[in-house]
Amino acid sequence: MELILFLIIGLTVIGAGMMVILTKNPVTSALYLTLAFFGLAALYVLLGAPFIAALQVMVYAGAIMVLFLFIVMLLNLRDKQTWELTTGMRRALGLVVAAGILLVALAAMKGLVSPPAPLDTDMGSPAAVGLALYRRFLLPFEVASVLLLIAIIGVVAMLKQKSPEQAPEGGGTDGRT
Amino acid sequence: MDWFFIIAVVAKIIAIIAVVMGIATLLTWVERKQSAIMQDRLGANRADILGLRIIGLFQPIADAIKMLTKEDYIPPFVNKTLHTLAPVLAFVPVLAMLAAIPFGPSLNIAGREVSMQIADINVGLLYIFAFGGLAVYGAVLAGWGSNNKYALLGGVRASAQMLSYEVCLGLSLVGMIMIYGTLDLQAMVAYQSGYWFDGKWIPKWGLFMQPLAALLFLPAAIAENKRIPFDVPEAESEIIGFFTEYSGMRAGLFMFAEFIEMLIIAMLFSLIFLGGWHIPYLGFDGFNWPWGGSWLLPVWAVKMLQFGALFFKISVMIFFFELVRWTLPRFRYDQVMRLGWVYLLPLAILNVAITGVVMVAVGK
Repeated sequence: MELILFLIIGLTVIGAGMMVILTKNPVTSALYLTLAFFGLAALYVLLGAPFIAALQVMVYAGAIMVLFLFIVMLLNLRDKQTWELTTGMRRALGLVVAAGILLVALAAMKGLVSPPAPLDTDMGSPAAVGLALYRRFLLPFEVASVLLLIAIIGVVAMLKQKSPEQAPEGGGTDGRT
Repeated sequence: MDWFFIIAVVAKIIAIIAVVMGIATLLTWVERKQSAIMQDRLGANRADILGLRIIGLFQPIADAIKMLTKEDYIPPFVNKTLHTLAPVLAFVPVLAMLAAIPFGPSLNIAGREVSMQIADINVGLLYIFAFGGLAVYGAVLAGWGSNNKYALLGGVRASAQMLSYEVCLGLSLVGMIMIYGTLDLQAMVAYQSGYWFDGKWIPKWGLFMQPLAALLFLPAAIAENKRIPFDVPEAESEIIGFFTEYSGMRAGLFMFAEFIEMLIIAMLFSLIFLGGWHIPYLGFDGFNWPWGGSWLLPVWAVKMLQFGALFFKISVMIFFFELVRWTLPRFRYDQVMRLGWVYLLPLAILNVAITGVVMVAVGK
């Protein structure tokens, strides 16, 4: 039963992942990305970690929505227009990155023959995740928080800097950082 | 996986979907009738079966038949896949949310304790939030897929509003989660059946513990629901919203999703802030009055009273939402954003901080 579910969901995730890069329309691509993340959440449920699954959907549903808006607002694409990846340079770069990710994935999967079994401990419960984050992984957690904070402050700073420039002409970035 | 469990789950799914669909249909009538009363009109009262009218209660049936038989026109310029997908994406997450909401106290059937919740997951509230977050896709894709500038702008407004208020909605409940120490709605209700000060007078309902959280939850929830005064994404009367290019049952699905969402919000508020199915002084064997004395009741009567209590609380909340909907004018877009980010969000964070300080001070 669980193996069948794993196969169905796993194949869906792989298929959706493939479609993310195979479709030419960025909106469709973003939608397939959502499907892929959703499938991953289902896999977490299958592994006995509903908390992580819920977080996965919560975080990525919002995050991809923003990506989606990015496409809508900034790329300004029509239905027919698509991304063109023609230059050989980009293709080569993509190949290198893909090979690197494949290597990492293969290293992680080494010695894995059957789908991983669900954890019998409560490692995926809210309390366990919370304790792990705030005790064992406190430093990485705080560093990640600072990183996000820097990003937020950076966005605000960039927006603030822009407004006085718009009023008259000239001004420019005169020494302000 | 035994058969009893499977049958119970399937029965619960069927019963809950049937009841929720019925209530959502009835809500269209409630909305029209309540607005009529508030505006001193008669409201829908013409639909009849063999001359029988019963205060317009047949109107939802007539509306449903109209919706289903209307021409379903897909404009030639839309993106067909997304245009078709969007109503489904707006509707399915809302239905999925129902799986983690308890509909009453657990019942003892054939010697087994059966909880009135389809999926007994211990992270129920997070699950609801996860699917609530997915609901925004329907609105945005409807706007984008319609290939219509006004619809697209409506979709963008919807996404901005829903993403902003999701933050407030989540943070307003963090304080409650801290006090209850759980994400399971049934456990939250169990916690609220306690009483203050070791006495027996005031129940420990969420509303009495954190009135600020309740006050923040309500506007955020109405904004998530995209109803007046937060209906800038839709604004059918003048600025034109995301489902302009929809007709027939496809447009009906958006409306239906909105009504079910309203029902879910009423349920969540009842379960988290109003004690769920808890009735003050009602124990498992009847009423135990705090001033002494008791009124013993059989178990089935207690359970029926509890179901009735939850239904009553949900009805009161829906009445309140309709009251708001027909009282306030629409907020302007910048007002919506300022309310969310400048007023509600800091207050929600303050609430979390105060809750933490009080919890440490009390030593819980």
